[in-house]
Amino acid sequence: MKILVTVKQVPDTATKIQIRADGQGIQEDGIKWVINPYDEFAIEEALRIKEKQGGEVVIVALGPSRVEEAVRQSLAMGADRAVVISTDAAVDPAAAATALAAVCGEEGFDLILTGKQAVDDDSAQVGPMIAANLGLPQVTVVLKLEVDEAGHRLRAERELEGATEIVELPYPAVVTAQRGLNEPRYPTLPNIMKAKKKEVRRVSMDSLSLALDPRVTVNRLFAPPERPEPTILSGEPEETAKELVRLLHSEAKVL
Amino acid sequence: MDIQNTTEKLEDFYQLQDLWTEEETDVKNAVRRFVDREVIPHAGEWWQQGEFPAHLIPMLAELGVFGPTLPEAYGGSGLSPLAYGLMMQELERGDSGLRSFASVQSGLAMHAIYRYGSEEQKQEYLPRMAKGEIIGCFGLTEPDAGSDPAAMITRASEEGDSYVISGAKRWITNGHLAQVAVVWAKDDAGIVRGFLVPTQLPGFHATPIHTKASMRMSATSELYLDRVRVPKSFQLPEAHGLGAPLNCLTQARYGIVWGTVGAAMDALVEASLYAKTRTAFGRPIAAKQLVQSHIVGMETRLLNMQLMARQLGQLYLGGTMRYAQVSMAKRHNARAALEIARMAREILGGNGISTDYHAIRHMANLETVDTYEGTYEIHTLIVGRDLLGEAAF
Repeated sequence: MKILVTVKQVPDTATKIQIRADGQGIQEDGIKWVINPYDEFAIEEALRIKEKQGGEVVIVALGPSRVEEAVRQSLAMGADRAVVISTDAAVDPAAAATALAAVCGEEGFDLILTGKQAVDDDSAQVGPMIAANLGLPQVTVVLKLEVDEAGHRLRAERELEGATEIVELPYPAVVTAQRGLNEPRYPTLPNIMKAKKKEVRRVSMDSLSLALDPRVTVNRLFAPPERPEPTILSGEPEETAKELVRLLHSEAKVL
Repeated sequence: MDIQNTTEKLEDFYQLQDLWTEEETDVKNAVRRFVDREVIPHAGEWWQQGEFPAHLIPMLAELGVFGPTLPEAYGGSGLSPLAYGLMMQELERGDSGLRSFASVQSGLAMHAIYRYGSEEQKQEYLPRMAKGEIIGCFGLTEPDAGSDPAAMITRASEEGDSYVISGAKRWITNGHLAQVAVVWAKDDAGIVRGFLVPTQLPGFHATPIHTKASMRMSATSELYLDRVRVPKSFQLPEAHGLGAPLNCLTQARYGIVWGTVGAAMDALVEASLYAKTRTAFGRPIAAKQLVQSHIVGMETRLLNMQLMARQLGQLYLGGTMRYAQVSMAKRHNARAALEIARMAREILGGNGISTDYHAIRHMANLETVDTYEGTYEIHTLIVGRDLLGEAAF
């Protein structure tokens, strides 16, 4: 089966984020970029399905030229080829989903896999909106996925609060991956070298001629307020306990 | 300044990574990720156990670190010398024993077969060695012949269709893990020849050396060959004389030039981050002039190491690298890494004597690295002879 995996490149979670002076985004200089961890689960699942049942795994990514590194990583994990939608513009979830859905539709597929959300903006909208754009069934936050090729159906286990939900759906469909779905493999040196020869097709976002006016605009990004200096009480336990209760009552107003 | 920024600055003060190709970047990242997750959390414990963690062998094979510079037909990936160097750097950032394992398998055993073996020998061994199904070792050094390998005693005598090999080899990395030993011995005419000796043959014995206070995560052995009979087809046909094993050593030394960068980097980063959080007399010790002087000195030496490794790699890539150039970089980098690790241990104070921290492990390992594959003194004489045209051995 032919599986498309949409992949987003996000700042490494260990990176300390600095907000731009205009408050419209983050400073991108010096940031280490990685594949969105949830998308890695999606790539791994696609590779496992392919290894079991044959077919093709195609990565679809969107963003500026830096996303090529995430694409190379995905190819080094074992994906067959990639399509990159190139744009330097800031893209809201609706625009990203519209562009990705257009390219996915043109590629053709049996299944679209992606992460349940990206760890940068945590919007968790792109997967579901791709499904909506393409008029497909979808299942989100998936922990286990089985493909029944004969019956042309998927069986998925979803994570709910305190419960597991099992759903069945026909495919083509969109599936979003949750941590626990699998353990993503490492890119290996042989696959890194093979990835250099794999096809990466680049499509400029402008050439898609889509109406991509943002529905959501960022007004301002700001860091949480600095914590005030803590008050440290010293003295006899009896006295400090009384003072602590007084502060909690009259200053912090939590008692 | 957060931990990541400090680490990046310490590891690459001159932004050498701007010179890296995509291949080099990806290889470095892939090996680092593996070592960070699978090796570093356990390195101190494994080192104390005093054996190579054999469960890593299939994982390392899957990662592709055995013979990666060889052509695909022999199980390699056609990696460039610079990417291979960064791979070694990242392995030794974990532990010198890990890098030694890969060095011996790739730079010594597989290289010997690739360079001096017959097509049949290459087909038989190399793809399976790349997969980690066959582990190789390299028997050159003897109990009484280290820096002067021409003084080797091991003999291979022709008897009918066979060679019969007798002798002892010492300080052999992977010796008791190996399925095949590349053994160097003098033939009846006194010429040094290479033999592929399956280690299960009668008369072959490998004994672990357990008394090491260095390189404890590495399997090190003594080999005894007591009339081990091998068919003539097990001889490496293209190896004539001592030049063959010495050429293999040049390969392994190239890996050491890069590997030591990783060990030094790890010790320096550990000591620097420690200095920023450890307080004495009311301030972090990083704010003390004595500590800053040490850290700046270590960083400068690390940068020297990196620049030598990089340019040596460029020479290798261009096909003009000479063994004396490798000797100079091995001599410099092993010693510099050793001294950086010693100072890192000192900055860590009392904590520095525990393998809960990395510095003392690197420091102890690097005593071996400074000694094996040509001691500091021998490389001094190799470079001296090259510069001045006078042998002073």
